[in-house]
Amino acid sequence: MVGLKFTVLLSYIDVFALGAMWTGILCFASIAFSIVGGIPMAMAVLSRHELVRRPVAFLTWVFRGTPLLLQLYMIYFGLPKVGLYLSPITSGILGLSLHYSVYNADVIRAGIAAIDTGQHEASRSLGLSKLQTMRKVIIPQALRNVAPALGNNFIALLKESALVSIITVPELTLSAQLGISETFRPFEFYLAAGAIYYAINFLLEFGLKRVEMKAALSR
Amino acid sequence: MVKVVNVHKRFGTVEVLKGISMEVPRGKIFVIIGPSGSGKSTLLRSINHLETVDQGEVWVDGILVNIPLKGRKFEKHINKVRQEMGMVFQHFNLFPHMNVMENIIMAPMLLKKMPRKSAERLANNLLNKIDLHDKAYYYPVQLSGGQKQRVAIARALAMEPKVMLFDEVTSALDPELVGEVNKAMKQLAEEHMTMIIVTHEMRFAAEVADRVIFMADGIIVEEGLPQEIFQNPTQERTKRFLAEVFK
Repeated sequence: MVGLKFTVLLSYIDVFALGAMWTGILCFASIAFSIVGGIPMAMAVLSRHELVRRPVAFLTWVFRGTPLLLQLYMIYFGLPKVGLYLSPITSGILGLSLHYSVYNADVIRAGIAAIDTGQHEASRSLGLSKLQTMRKVIIPQALRNVAPALGNNFIALLKESALVSIITVPELTLSAQLGISETFRPFEFYLAAGAIYYAINFLLEFGLKRVEMKAALSR
Repeated sequence: MVKVVNVHKRFGTVEVLKGISMEVPRGKIFVIIGPSGSGKSTLLRSINHLETVDQGEVWVDGILVNIPLKGRKFEKHINKVRQEMGMVFQHFNLFPHMNVMENIIMAPMLLKKMPRKSAERLANNLLNKIDLHDKAYYYPVQLSGGQKQRVAIARALAMEPKVMLFDEVTSALDPELVGEVNKAMKQLAEEHMTMIIVTHEMRFAAEVADRVIFMADGIIVEEGLPQEIFQNPTQERTKRFLAEVFK
């Protein structure tokens, strides 16, 4: 039996640092885009106009009904066949953002629907338009109310970002694999990668808790 | 200032307004009383177009509110008209994610492009008037019902409306908090604000009203000076209602 030897990790610190950086960039961008994408999608699903509602409902159905892995394959390997070449990182961010936009949209939709009609009426009676009412009054409250559920999505996104390694984004999981291929020490490298994922997750949760606490104060 | 001409409104098969007409001159205070379900709130909401009337006309300051426009054009029109009307609701409807100051300055800054400094000055003046200058940076959740409602009045006043509509603004308050909200409305009355008030507070109605309208079953049963309505009602329905209220 070969014993465990964690000291090999020391010479791969730079590889892990780079991997963690890419995971960070990937997640930060995807979380941001998935909120920015989720809000209009939620509003579209709540729209009275079928022409707005139907296409978005269809998109939701497609992105929720198929595996993220397949979507990533499609974006990275499939799209070039129709002339659209995207870099691995762009493909990764696009895939994660689209996939989680759909999940965020569902959460935000519930948040918007839960806001009392009195809030709409008070805002409209002041002379705000529908869009201004959404932007200033409804969406901020909806986001506060669904912050815990959105947080769950962000944490899931962070973990699923490991899938992006299969389209050659040099993020944390791929960095670990690189180390393993050179040292044949999967236990040490996967454990180290796991610890870094956990650390990033811890930071993310800490940030989310603070946002939630701030939101609770103004409720 | 506010003119309602033969307004009809139905919800499904129920006709809640059956041809209402009234005219509120500038600077006058009209109080609408009546049993619940009589249509008084619906009438008030129709003036602000929170309810779409099925038939008839609503005029505010010479502008037809329910102008027959569609889509974006109507949206633009109604947003403009609503800026001239302040409305205060039974359940306050303050924006819970904004503090008192932000609640008040949001609309003037956004819609009138008022600079923050001027908006804050305006808000502080209003807060002084309603004795809440020390609560400017409190969130609604930290206020009592009476304080919330006074902030809601200040929020509506910040748009410098020509008319104020009050929809049962003291109905959700503990009895001991009603007085402070009524006081704020009386202050407005002294400044000759045009007001339409829907209320269950008969004593308050008698005190501030220039005219009292008694509504029942979707029609105006009787309209007159407060002393006429409260002391010598001519209609049987009015007498029955008042007897019930003052029992």
